[in-house]
Amino acid sequence: MVYFIEQFLNGVELGMLLFLLAAGLTLIFGIMDLVNLAHGSLYMIGAYLAATFAAWTDSFVLGAILAVLGSFAVGMVLEVVAIRRLYGRSHLDHVLGTFGLLLFFNELVRLIWGPAGLTLSLPNEMLTAVQILPGLFYPLYRLVIIGVTLAVAFFLYVLVMRTRLGMLIRAGASNREMVGALGVNIKLLYTLIFALGAALAGFAGLMQAPILTVQIGMGENILISAFVVVTIGGIGSIRGAFVAALLVGLVDTVGRAFLPDLFHAYLSESAAGSLGRSLSSMLVYLVMALVLIVRPEGLFPAASK
Amino acid sequence: MKSPPDHRRGARFGLRRAVNACVLVVLALVPVYAALTGDNFAMTLFTRVIILALAALSLNLIMGFGGMVSFGHAVYLGIGGYAVGILAKEGFGSGFVQWPAAIAASSLYALVVGALSLRTRGVYFIMITLAFAQMAYYVAVGLDRYGGDDGLTIYQRSSFGPLIDLNNKTLFYYLCLALLLAGMYLVWRLVNSRFGLVIRGARSNERRMRAIGFPTFRYKLVCFVIAGAMCGLAGALLANHTNFISPAMMHWTRSGDLIVMAVLGGVQAMFGPLIGAMTFLLLDEALSRVTDFPDLILGPILLFVAIYLNGGLDALIGGRRRG
Repeated sequence: MVYFIEQFLNGVELGMLLFLLAAGLTLIFGIMDLVNLAHGSLYMIGAYLAATFAAWTDSFVLGAILAVLGSFAVGMVLEVVAIRRLYGRSHLDHVLGTFGLLLFFNELVRLIWGPAGLTLSLPNEMLTAVQILPGLFYPLYRLVIIGVTLAVAFFLYVLVMRTRLGMLIRAGASNREMVGALGVNIKLLYTLIFALGAALAGFAGLMQAPILTVQIGMGENILISAFVVVTIGGIGSIRGAFVAALLVGLVDTVGRAFLPDLFHAYLSESAAGSLGRSLSSMLVYLVMALVLIVRPEGLFPAASK
Repeated sequence: MKSPPDHRRGARFGLRRAVNACVLVVLALVPVYAALTGDNFAMTLFTRVIILALAALSLNLIMGFGGMVSFGHAVYLGIGGYAVGILAKEGFGSGFVQWPAAIAASSLYALVVGALSLRTRGVYFIMITLAFAQMAYYVAVGLDRYGGDDGLTIYQRSSFGPLIDLNNKTLFYYLCLALLLAGMYLVWRLVNSRFGLVIRGARSNERRMRAIGFPTFRYKLVCFVIAGAMCGLAGALLANHTNFISPAMMHWTRSGDLIVMAVLGGVQAMFGPLIGAMTFLLLDEALSRVTDFPDLILGPILLFVAIYLNGGLDALIGGRRRG
């Protein structure tokens, strides 16, 4: 039971990180209709910036704040210089262009920070584990991740549902042309949305950085998971992204933790090991394929076009 | 009643023909060059270009002409490769067994993926094809007997008895080239047939095609399977070329590479995938010789083509095409 709760919390933590990535991705997808393969690069840049700034300022929190601002700035520049010119083009051009950006950013990071990875160490007070149930100790930092990302999710909710900017974002997701026709500064709105997505991705990257190493290509696999989340949730829907992120995080973590054991009961040691490993890695894709087969537009399709 | 732009188009059409002919001549002469200079690396590089061009061509059949953007096409390279590798490991060395198995396995996978995916549209289709490719990727990672994550070395190339010896690099090169040309001929015939008209019609307006009585789902599915089969063959060639298979063959970035090749060359052009594959691989090779950071230049080039060359490199030699 203790093990299960621990894995459950790990799943929630992964889900919340995926939500940070997927929220930006789903907005960019839903509003600008842009397939952005470079979103994982922003995640990577967030982590690298945090590691660098934290080393300069000698403070994790300051480094994190600077890194989020830095990711926001990188996102803004990227949108103005390149991304903006891809709106309204075919998805194929998006794939070509943003794949080029992905190659560029990987190489740029290698040029600036070198091929070896970096580490971002936590302040000492974060390194403890807290007892959340009798007999269950859980790393404080992972709880902090869950708490902070929940706060960010709440902030996003307020931003999107309760502010004028959010109203424009929602309007943009359901009918882009109409928003532009009503005299909204679409260009600026798009730049802000893209930069917001970049900041969220960078934030996800820096939050994950102390747990994993900061390395080139770290955004590539998690990008695909974020795409899975966006697709399951329904493109353009933040609520869908939230539900799907939790679903994907839990399915992935719990599957990895329990499937191999489940197979051990029926199969030989090695067969169960390899089958369990494959199947638990496949599980989220299986879930996504099933969701799309039953509901071809995801769980929460954005308002009809 | 000819207007001046028509003359210009005529001239440009001639340019496209000239470029395509040049590409074919270069490809035909690579072994001669290699024999004269002893530059074996050129042979290896160009064999790779041709094989990946065949894969990009098969992707372009569904993507460029059918509007089905598959973001998991490298999976068929992997399935074709693993069919050869697994059979070789189990002692079935004959190409007459391996290659049909590669084609059959990838067709079957394409049939399942297509039947389940073709209900979805747009980005959802991109993502579901990606999901199926990822599943196959993780199956390959779990195949401990066949190397798991590390991959599997193939010690014996497919044997075709006295017919053709694949260990002979020149013969293998020309076999790949012949298969690529056959593939291009097949795609050309398909696209210009009644079948191809239905596929292209479904790309521009599927609802209308259905309304006039075409079961577009079945047409698209058949097209999807043909593309999978062709790419499976390319996978069998690739396994024979590198003597090695690994899950990395079907990593999503490989699928991205294939899309990049097709789009770079121009998805509406018959020679687009070939020119795209050639440009992409040769550029990558050339850049990594002059700099330690090739992608710093290659990435912006791809971005530039995406932004400014609507229609890929083909737009440079022929202007924009209809449709």
